[in-house]
Amino acid sequence: MKPDTYFIDGNTACAEGAIAAGCTFFASYPITPATEILETMAKRFPEIHGSYLQMEDELASIAAVIGASWAGRKAMTATSGPGFSLMMENYGFALMTETPCVIVNVMRGGPSTGLPTMVAQGDVMQTRWGTHGDVGVVVYCPGSPQEMFDMTVEAFNTAERYRLPVVLLSDAVVAHMTEKVVIPPKEELDIVNRKKPKNSPEEYLPYCPDEDLVPPMACAGEGYGVHVTGLTHDERGYPSVDEKTQTFLVTRLINKIRKNSDDILKYEEYKVDDAEIIIVAYGSVSRSAREAVDMARAEGIKVGLLRPITLWPFPEDRIYELAAKGVKAFLVAEINFGQIVYEVQRCTDGHCPTYLAPRMGGSIHTPEELVERLYGINEGKEGSN
Amino acid sequence: MAEQMEGDVIGGKKIQEKYLRDEMMPHIFCNGCGLGNVLDYVLWAVEKEGFDMDKTVFLSGIGCSSRIPGYIDADALHTTHGRALGFATGVKMANPELNVIVFTGDGDCIGIGGNHFIHAARRNLNITVIAVNNYIYGMTGGQVAPTTPEGHFGTTAPYGNIESPFDMSKMAIAAGATYVARWPVYRPNQPINSIREGLRNNGFSFIEMMSPCTTAYGRRNKFREIKDLWDFYIDNTILKEEYEMTMKFGSEEEKEAAKDKIIIGELHKISKKPLEDRYRDLVKELME
Repeated sequence: MKPDTYFIDGNTACAEGAIAAGCTFFASYPITPATEILETMAKRFPEIHGSYLQMEDELASIAAVIGASWAGRKAMTATSGPGFSLMMENYGFALMTETPCVIVNVMRGGPSTGLPTMVAQGDVMQTRWGTHGDVGVVVYCPGSPQEMFDMTVEAFNTAERYRLPVVLLSDAVVAHMTEKVVIPPKEELDIVNRKKPKNSPEEYLPYCPDEDLVPPMACAGEGYGVHVTGLTHDERGYPSVDEKTQTFLVTRLINKIRKNSDDILKYEEYKVDDAEIIIVAYGSVSRSAREAVDMARAEGIKVGLLRPITLWPFPEDRIYELAAKGVKAFLVAEINFGQIVYEVQRCTDGHCPTYLAPRMGGSIHTPEELVERLYGINEGKEGSN
Repeated sequence: MAEQMEGDVIGGKKIQEKYLRDEMMPHIFCNGCGLGNVLDYVLWAVEKEGFDMDKTVFLSGIGCSSRIPGYIDADALHTTHGRALGFATGVKMANPELNVIVFTGDGDCIGIGGNHFIHAARRNLNITVIAVNNYIYGMTGGQVAPTTPEGHFGTTAPYGNIESPFDMSKMAIAAGATYVARWPVYRPNQPINSIREGLRNNGFSFIEMMSPCTTAYGRRNKFREIKDLWDFYIDNTILKEEYEMTMKFGSEEEKEAAKDKIIIGELHKISKKPLEDRYRDLVKELME
């Protein structure tokens, strides 16, 4: 789509964001509520000389995406919970082999087939710990169709800059909501491309990192003869199944995110400065939470909103800072039975109570019900979570 | 470059020096394993076809045969169990200029990767798959595989396998592969020719290599020595042409003797436009 202002849904905005970011490879398997991303890509990709594939399942979809990334393309797949579960195996492979790519998960109600057409936020911990082994991950959680566009671009940039699969964790409400979306002109978009090796194939070590802990990436067909394996590997990329290599590699993979988290971390604050109670909400729920802040403030309760845009890395320092500074309580609103609430609780380090406003899926919290909870907390009527 | 290899023999040093990663040696394969033969045949085919190693990518899944790309001095993706063909689909569609060769085993290909296998064949991607069939899960120590013959033993079939085995080559043909051949490793020339044919074929080529695994399969099935397994292959295989002649003109006894044998040779060869060409044509058509 040409740079302009549009009235489109989140999934379309996501597809356009990917194209704007330079994505030219897309492989996926149809699943509600992510299918519109496939449909948009299927239509748009021949026009941009991209490669579109509908694969046999999500296992193959992410496999193809990783293969395409090693063949030099920016690549993406899109799915929802059941498909995301299938992708966990190769999500780990992409993390281990440091393959830049983007995985969109439009969350729906689970567990299992759950609520295919309805919203939930039950996959947030799966994005963090769903694949086996210890990993460092980056997950964006867009709160509007505009952010579906912006954060898809950002997800590609982070994937390319830090060489890892980045998850865009959307939800059925944000994905299907139609709103104003501005597609900016190309020159206004900051587009990042992966670092390429500066030395010769003879000198090049595929897994020897620069100071930022990210190794430059040579792709297939560029003459570097790179061996890529999911086995524990040394700087040459060769399997080396021993404790020393494992410690060296996995530590770097985790530190690559931890030590760069100031650069990656993203969150938004709304009326937090003088707030006594802070709502933590992400994705679609953050919209109700924002409304609840205004409603509560109209009643004289000093409430603010902290909206993590990256769920991982998590704004842990900021939450600690606010808790230590004297915030009276945190209220975490999420469409699950409590996942991010424990992260918030951990970050407050006992300085103040953390409450949970759960929801099992099917709809988002209403501002009114959040305000009810805020009254209760404000009046000291609620037991801590 | 082919002249450089003149006078060399299969299993010879020159081809190894040219194509293998010295620093990866020694390899992990057991004595008597057929994977060395398979690797050698593929390298010979690549050499004879004059493939540019900078434009050739080797992929594999998990298992003994999937460790082969690690020894080849070229771009390689040693991926997850059963998924190599998914990765290969991405590589080939992302850059059709690359030659894509996939190493897989029987468990990797038709067990855990069965769905990817039939769909890659159906799409008729222009890639070559070398499926090494040792009729067992070798790397994990000899568990029964979807290819293990009925009555044969594995650590997870201690009383003998009661399931019917898969015929990978038949499956490849049924799913849409455009070139299919099957050879035991004890014949060097025919497999090399078939691999070359596969590399030349503009479509999905599938070469099944019957390969001995004395360590995990043989010793539980009265094939303790490498020769026992090779003899088993000799006694239980029949060339496609011979099989067809026997079934047409043979006596009842000859037919009876041939009917349960594994048919080897060049099994299938048709011409069909591969997926990446179809996609390219589609894009061209839409742009006009």
